[in-house]
Amino acid sequence: MTTETLTPQDHGAPDMDNMRKIAMWAFLGSECLFFGSLITTFLVYRTRVGDGPSASDVFDIPFTSVSSFILLMSSLTMVLAHYSSVRKDWRQMRVWLLATALLGMVFLAGQVFEFTEFVDHGLTVTTSPFGSSFFVLTGFHGAHVAIGVLMLVATAFMSYSGRLSDGEGMNVEIIGLYWHFVDIVWIVIFTVVYLLQV
Amino acid sequence: MSDSPHVYPTPRDYWLIALILAVITGAEVSVTYVSALDSVVAPLLIVMSAAKFVIVVGYFMHLKYEKKLYRNLFLIGVIAAPLLFGTVLFTFGVLIGS
Repeated sequence: MTTETLTPQDHGAPDMDNMRKIAMWAFLGSECLFFGSLITTFLVYRTRVGDGPSASDVFDIPFTSVSSFILLMSSLTMVLAHYSSVRKDWRQMRVWLLATALLGMVFLAGQVFEFTEFVDHGLTVTTSPFGSSFFVLTGFHGAHVAIGVLMLVATAFMSYSGRLSDGEGMNVEIIGLYWHFVDIVWIVIFTVVYLLQV
Repeated sequence: MSDSPHVYPTPRDYWLIALILAVITGAEVSVTYVSALDSVVAPLLIVMSAAKFVIVVGYFMHLKYEKKLYRNLFLIGVIAAPLLFGTVLFTFGVLIGS
């Protein structure tokens, strides 16, 4: 007589890990449209500067390039965190998760500094349609980064307290998908909003 | 892409991919400072940005190795977004004239 191990899926139960990944990919697909709308709005209004400064007056490309590089490298640390979680090397996973969160916070600090500089140069959210569309687009992206940082820190600390013993790898993968998406949105913003406007 | 089991990249591959992304970013910034490339800077930047997008989605998000269902869900958004771009820009540029 042979025995076999049955999984919950063999009894007709849904594969929740798979469902969560489907949900995340569907969410990211919808986010493409969300940011697509904001980028389109920026392109429509990019030349409507009114009495305020234009893109070439305020943008500091070297500074934003460094910010972009930092966010790009955070994708590397994120994927290394995922790799560690697949290997169940939880200590290494926490190190990479916190490194990703740190890089995200550095990016956010850069964005706050950049916004402050723009306001000093007379560009605010109410100055012109260009200013409104720019701050709404980059502000929403920054909010996504901030939410990602919170998720990364929360996951790392929940892992420390042992509350993520089951499905830890999947949690890191789901957060990783979100984080990489935030990165690819910035890849588009950096090119379309910054480099093509100066 | 297939639904069959696969081997993900190793950390060494990830570092190499990150290096490629960093080089492309450096090239993007550099071309904006070369006045001789002014006439082709926009297509160059779009191609390099698209390359970075594909590399991150394919290798860091593992979409290259994932199920077709995930890829299709994401592609709906990726394809619909430029269509939205085009429709709005056409509406404002041609129909409204602003």
